[in-house]
Amino acid sequence: MKYLALIYSASGSNPDFGTPEFAASMEEWNKVNQTYIDAGVMVAGDALQDVATATSIRIRDGKQETMDGPFAETKEQLGGYYLLDCADLDEAIKYAAMIPAARYGTVEVRPIMELG
Amino acid sequence: MARSRCARSWNWDSPLAAVADPVAAALNEIVQGGRGRLLAALIANLRDFQLAEDSMQDALASALVHWRRSGIPANPSGWLLKTARRKAIDRLRRSQNFDSKSAQYSLMLKLDQADAKEESRHDIPDERLRLIFTCCHPALDPKTRIALTLRTLGGLTTAEIARAFLDKEPAMAQRLVRARHKIVKSGVPFRIPDAQDWDERLNSVLSVIYLIFNEGYAALRGDRQIRVDLCEEAIFLARLMNRLRPEQPEVEGLLALMLMIHARRRARSTTSGAMIPIEMQDRESWDRPLIAQGIKLVETALKRAPLGPYQLQAAIQAVHCEAQNFDATRWSEILGLYDLLVQFDGTAIVKLNRCVALSYVDGPEAALRASRELDGELAGYQPYHAAQAAFYHRAKHYPEAVQSYDRAIELCDNRSAVAFLDEKRRGAKKEAEQMLGL
Repeated sequence: MKYLALIYSASGSNPDFGTPEFAASMEEWNKVNQTYIDAGVMVAGDALQDVATATSIRIRDGKQETMDGPFAETKEQLGGYYLLDCADLDEAIKYAAMIPAARYGTVEVRPIMELG
Repeated sequence: MARSRCARSWNWDSPLAAVADPVAAALNEIVQGGRGRLLAALIANLRDFQLAEDSMQDALASALVHWRRSGIPANPSGWLLKTARRKAIDRLRRSQNFDSKSAQYSLMLKLDQADAKEESRHDIPDERLRLIFTCCHPALDPKTRIALTLRTLGGLTTAEIARAFLDKEPAMAQRLVRARHKIVKSGVPFRIPDAQDWDERLNSVLSVIYLIFNEGYAALRGDRQIRVDLCEEAIFLARLMNRLRPEQPEVEGLLALMLMIHARRRARSTTSGAMIPIEMQDRESWDRPLIAQGIKLVETALKRAPLGPYQLQAAIQAVHCEAQNFDATRWSEILGLYDLLVQFDGTAIVKLNRCVALSYVDGPEAALRASRELDGELAGYQPYHAAQAAFYHRAKHYPEAVQSYDRAIELCDNRSAVAFLDEKRRGAKKEAEQMLGL
């Protein structure tokens, strides 16, 4: 089964670019990526640009509205994702718990809907 | 009303109807007496909680018709399992996304052919340990875990679970359907957890069982008439866990804990329902054989490793149970056990209980000093003020005792407890007045 791990954290909760903490954090993320690849569960995974870059779009009465900002203003925002191919929810939880942001943010695991 | 299709023809709620109808009685015995055993076996094959439940309902409806016509088969459980598998085959065949279910389908066909060959006279394997872990999976909300466990392994009807939790039946039915869907759609596995997850997952199962037990006491106090005693239900589940996975010290600890609390149920209240505190309980009415079972279990558990919170709570209960009378309670032993328990569970309530033990070891003044740190956190907690009142009372600080009794009474929603506190309060008040020479 495929699972999407949605990574939420408050802006400013990850270390600033260029600091030693940032380098250490990058190393952690790389380690997680490698673990997923070695285990054969990695389908995809990316970090998103800061929430300040978000644009939201909706169409109402046939008219497109384009707005600055994310879908909802919350303290913790979506900052990245992994798409993992796991045997079951227990395995997905095990891998999701390795995501460094789980320690300061929240990782939501959702199964991908299998059609047909 | 959200009742299953089968409930119309096959009545879960009426044991009397079952007595009059031998087929219904036999089905009752297999389904409720079997406590999830058939369903567990079916889920083990199907890996789909909802499909298994639906197919089992189909099989029960079918049994009602066939058994009435041709009599109850020699191996009724085997018949039901075989029929449920065939019903699952039918349902899989009819399902919209048949392609994604072809693996399930071919497995069912294989099992069905195997059945036909050996007439399935062999026993149905007990897969309930896996079922318990699935029902108590942490991906489900805690209340849902309790409801699903009671429905699946406890032999309770949806209506009874709804009554036990003061919920509406359709809401409870909805909760159960959502839970089964989540299990299937999010891939909650039907298996015994790995070693690395074992402690966390076992803990989730044990806390579900203990919550059911405590709910039993809540139901006892309130006006919630249900056919089964939830305390006994919880004890049954703990015994089942202990049989399916023996020699787990925390499982033994929880079972021992519940047995010893349950053994004192008759002594805990008067016939009119008024609460009796442990100081005043008639120890003659304690269920000694049950206590002996509990003590033996906790002694066995404590010899194993590692130590855990249920074993410690059971050990505390054992010390209470062993005392001939309240004054003979070995409080220093209880205090030592609380010192250990606080390391596992450092919540304010456990610390308060430790203070009570301390008050009998080092005196009420020491308990007052130690309980001061809990003042903020437990300000709205009735037992905290009742304990404080007792400490002040015993330390002869009568005016403070009266104040604490007042606060405890204010926060109390149980009539018999209010009566008990009020009597104590009057005693403290009299002493306070005498002190002032009134």
